[in-house]
Amino acid sequence: MTAYRSILLVVLGLAALPLAAPALVGAGIFAGANTLYNLMVFVLIIALAAQGWNLAGGYGGQFSFGHAAFFGTGAYAQAILQTRYGINPWAALVAAVALGALVGAVIGFLAFRARLRGSYFALVTLAFAEVFRILANAAPITGGAAGTLVPLDVRWANLQFASREAFYYLALAFVALVLLLNRLVERSRFGTYLVAVRENEDAARALGVDTLQVKLKAITLSAAITALAGALYTQKFLYVDANIAYGAWISIEALLAPIVGGIGTVFGPLVGALTLIGLGEAAKVAIHALFGSAIPGVDLVVYGVLLILVIAFAPRGVIGLLDRRAR
Amino acid sequence: MLRSYPPQIVLEAVLNGLLTGAVYALVALGLTLVYGVLHIINFAHGAMLTLAMFAVLMVHLGFGLDPYLAIAPLAALFFLFGYGLQRFVISPASRNDDGAILLVTLGLSIVIENALLAVFRSDTRSLTLDYSFSIVDLGFALLSLPRVIGFGVAILVAGALWAILALTDTGKAIRAVAKEKLGAALVGIDVNHVYAVTFGLGAATIAIAACLLMPSFYVNPRAGNAFVLVAFTVVVLGGMGSIPGALVGGLIIGVVESLCGLYLGDSLGQIGIFLIFILVLLLRPTGLFGARA
Repeated sequence: MTAYRSILLVVLGLAALPLAAPALVGAGIFAGANTLYNLMVFVLIIALAAQGWNLAGGYGGQFSFGHAAFFGTGAYAQAILQTRYGINPWAALVAAVALGALVGAVIGFLAFRARLRGSYFALVTLAFAEVFRILANAAPITGGAAGTLVPLDVRWANLQFASREAFYYLALAFVALVLLLNRLVERSRFGTYLVAVRENEDAARALGVDTLQVKLKAITLSAAITALAGALYTQKFLYVDANIAYGAWISIEALLAPIVGGIGTVFGPLVGALTLIGLGEAAKVAIHALFGSAIPGVDLVVYGVLLILVIAFAPRGVIGLLDRRAR
Repeated sequence: MLRSYPPQIVLEAVLNGLLTGAVYALVALGLTLVYGVLHIINFAHGAMLTLAMFAVLMVHLGFGLDPYLAIAPLAALFFLFGYGLQRFVISPASRNDDGAILLVTLGLSIVIENALLAVFRSDTRSLTLDYSFSIVDLGFALLSLPRVIGFGVAILVAGALWAILALTDTGKAIRAVAKEKLGAALVGIDVNHVYAVTFGLGAATIAIAACLLMPSFYVNPRAGNAFVLVAFTVVVLGGMGSIPGALVGGLIIGVVESLCGLYLGDSLGQIGIFLIFILVLLLRPTGLFGARA
């Protein structure tokens, strides 16, 4: 029960952000309420994409380097279905998730049936994402290199909101749902099989676990969640192009956040996304204060250093560190 | 809808593909060597190539050193850099765990690429040399001189690498560790030293590749990425850990890319490479020359 209580507490804590917003803006940490909400929605979208990665990568040990393939499919589906086919954005959201799941199932089926593991699995997912990026950059339906713009039309029915808080709560609701889902998976037979596959796939198979099916389920669910993140991205920023949707950046964010936060844990992706983006922004601010202008790439240098430090000194991530202090 | 071209243009595309392919092979050699011994994919390979390309640029702008004359000093410098990276960063940080090595090298690539971005910004730079646009006339085809030189040196380096592995004591130690790490340690080989030497050799081949590329290519902080995905393909196609595989794989990929560019246009030219990559991974992950794992 305590696990569900901690999920409730964390979600309530994040839901209280609008209460703290005036103080944060007043203290000069954020330029304005807009900046704060944009950043926090971005954090939640990354957390969601990372929650997807964590299911297959964290619990199942299948390190994908190409979750952009799923994020991008969700993002493009959300944009194309409403702009080209006039489908309602809420319905498009459902379709985007389904399409992401389908892409996950197909890539998973091909890769796992060929028994790709470890580095090979990482490489093949990377290659799929890259193929999608090149195709999306050239195909007419995606708008090619110019990308696809979703027209501004602020209505509830249109999944566009006048109030800043609304989209934040929507994203938070999805993150909370996936936290619960993660917890249920952890407790389920499927979750146990998944961890068994991670720890020793051959032993799991010898004990009668259908490892192919377990991995397929994991990657499909994983892709669906990451596609949802992509669809929300489109809906928030109302624009998508090949380098956003299928770019390496999102594959890296989706993988870094759980590892930094705590791989294979319910809260890892969320904690990791907050830590990474928080530190990245702090680095940008510090650089700006020191040099008087922005220097590109500084936040990513921080990400890379953090990744190496976590692997060297805190293999269980930020959550592992907090655990150790609590004891 | 394939356009048809006169045979001379196709022949020229094939020859140009072979020339590019040799440099791909050289980039892939470093990757395959490290994979063969450490059994990990070095994700920082592309970023290290970019770093080397900037190094070539800087020694040219700073000291007026010709890229071809920079080969020896930069190869030595990158050998030390690679040695130190493996010995003092990758190995201690990852405790030699496979998954952790993969992620540490990913972290290194992010750091190197973005540090370069912070220093040099995203501008694309190139060298202007009096021979940059020189042409070799074969009678039936015109080829760019820097790329012909690149082809020759790449083949020489591959041969030298093979000789080091086959003939020297260090080479024997590297091969011993690649085959059986525990056994090698038991007969007194310092495995961590051998790992670092291997990584250093990989870095040195990248530095040479950078010297060969710069006279005819440009550099920006993401330039190495284009090569590294191609190099992954070459390594997978040739068989992970196989040196002849990397050479043959590189030449094949160079020709495929050149022909895809000719028939499908530049923007889709790389698709052929990735399709080969995915197909080889799915159908024959051991590649052309690799042994069954």
